[in-house]
Amino acid sequence: MKLFEIAHSRAGDKGNTLMLSLIPYNEANYIMLCKTVTAQKVRDHLKEIVQGEVIRYELPNIASLLFVCYNALSGGVTTSLALDTHGKSLSYALLEMEIE
Amino acid sequence: MKQKIRIGCGAGFSGDRIEPAVVLAEKGKLDYLVLECLAERTIGLAQKRKMMDATKGYDPLLEKRITTLLPHLVKNNTRLITNMGAANPIEAAKKIIAIATGHQIQIKVAAITGDDVLSVIEASQSSITDLENNKPLSEYNIISANAYLGAAPIVDALAAGAQIIITGRVADPSLFLAPMIHEFGWATDNYNLMGKGTVTGHLLECAGQITGGYFADGVKKIVDNLDTLGHPFADVFADGTAVIGKVEGTGGVINLQTAKEQLLYEVMNPHEYITPDVIADFTTVYLEEIGKDMVHVSGGSGAAKPASYKASIGYKAFYLGEGEISYAGAAAYERAQLAAEIIEKRLQPFFSDIRIDFIGVQSMHKTTFSNTSEPYEVRLRVAAKAQTAEAAALVGEEVEALYTNGPAGGGGARKYVNEVIGIASTLIDRNLIVPQVKIFES
Repeated sequence: MKLFEIAHSRAGDKGNTLMLSLIPYNEANYIMLCKTVTAQKVRDHLKEIVQGEVIRYELPNIASLLFVCYNALSGGVTTSLALDTHGKSLSYALLEMEIE
Repeated sequence: MKQKIRIGCGAGFSGDRIEPAVVLAEKGKLDYLVLECLAERTIGLAQKRKMMDATKGYDPLLEKRITTLLPHLVKNNTRLITNMGAANPIEAAKKIIAIATGHQIQIKVAAITGDDVLSVIEASQSSITDLENNKPLSEYNIISANAYLGAAPIVDALAAGAQIIITGRVADPSLFLAPMIHEFGWATDNYNLMGKGTVTGHLLECAGQITGGYFADGVKKIVDNLDTLGHPFADVFADGTAVIGKVEGTGGVINLQTAKEQLLYEVMNPHEYITPDVIADFTTVYLEEIGKDMVHVSGGSGAAKPASYKASIGYKAFYLGEGEISYAGAAAYERAQLAAEIIEKRLQPFFSDIRIDFIGVQSMHKTTFSNTSEPYEVRLRVAAKAQTAEAAALVGEEVEALYTNGPAGGGGARKYVNEVIGIASTLIDRNLIVPQVKIFES
């Protein structure tokens, strides 16, 4: 099953840093996402894109996770030659992740 | 002191739609309307316009927005706070006065300056480095330097009775926090209240992004009437709690999902969301759906404001040359790949860094996460950096020349050259920055 089936996400950027929220539609799935979608798993999944560290923040009050990915935007809006310099479409790259 | 105020957000970026702001001003029963129109690079571009014409450098849509909104703002006694001043708040204020005079409207406008720190940076740039690469600022071809001001000068302008407050660079949530401080008499060293107000400001600052814009997917996240998407307002209470809502009859949706996505948007560390007013903690926020298109915001907290201001430095980075051409039908991808091989050989002697994308295959994520069958059509995109516009033009010229000098059946070639303004960030001592409020009256 893809994350897309059970969760939604929005990407944000600051310089060369990418932030990806991960929000289960059903808050009951939050604990499962905490167990399954580790920072390392996100780092591996986005290995073509994220060159630096991935830090995961847990927000139990709103049953959501936030992944902050460093060195992830080809130098950032400034130096990137990519079409999507902000990495705005990368929320859907995260949601492509297969989980059991 | 009031116990409740209503603040609307009618723009989340410089190019935002004007109609939702008009709906808010006309029917939103607002005390305040905020228009947030200044992304990181917007002010560098505005500075360039100011250098060419000293009476310009404010938001290009200012005249259109103010002309449309002013009669509603005056009629409904709604005050406007906006960073549309960009690189030139003084000239923006004069423009607003001219528009008001033309409509025979009496109005008090406050321009807030002091965010422009180019001279401070230039005086000491060899000793200042940027935050991300730790490179001395003297190595950048700087065109603008603006500190993110906090709520304080806006609060002063409100106290002085200004109905329109026009600023340059101000931290986005501070545009919203200022009227809360002014109306509720919040002490600015009550950091929990500063944190709560900052949370609400952050939820509102991207306008349509909390009402279903940048959210809908047509499959799992169904949003009705996106064509008439409404922008949000918040009923903010003196204890710092708030209810996010929108004007009845507008399109879009406000629910737990849209609020959560926006709360976490562009957040580097949810425990420490840094503004000039406070270091806010977003992990203590609670969100609750209390009705149709109504989300209640509570919790939220904060710690003492940081010692420095953050400044954003705009610099001339490079010229971007781009070219695109499409291939369709049998062997479309193979022909696009053949074209890529040819173009790479032709451009390599002239450019150190060339990017080639196959649009429709892997242009956005560098890879494909799903196994898909061969695409029917593929668009080749070639991009490279150059020091001059002339040199950058070669990229598009070579792509266009693939018509008669490349694979079969290429079509729809386009070429572009754009100057890229880069952004670096640095920290500046608070003592070096003196925000100023200047009042203009029609």
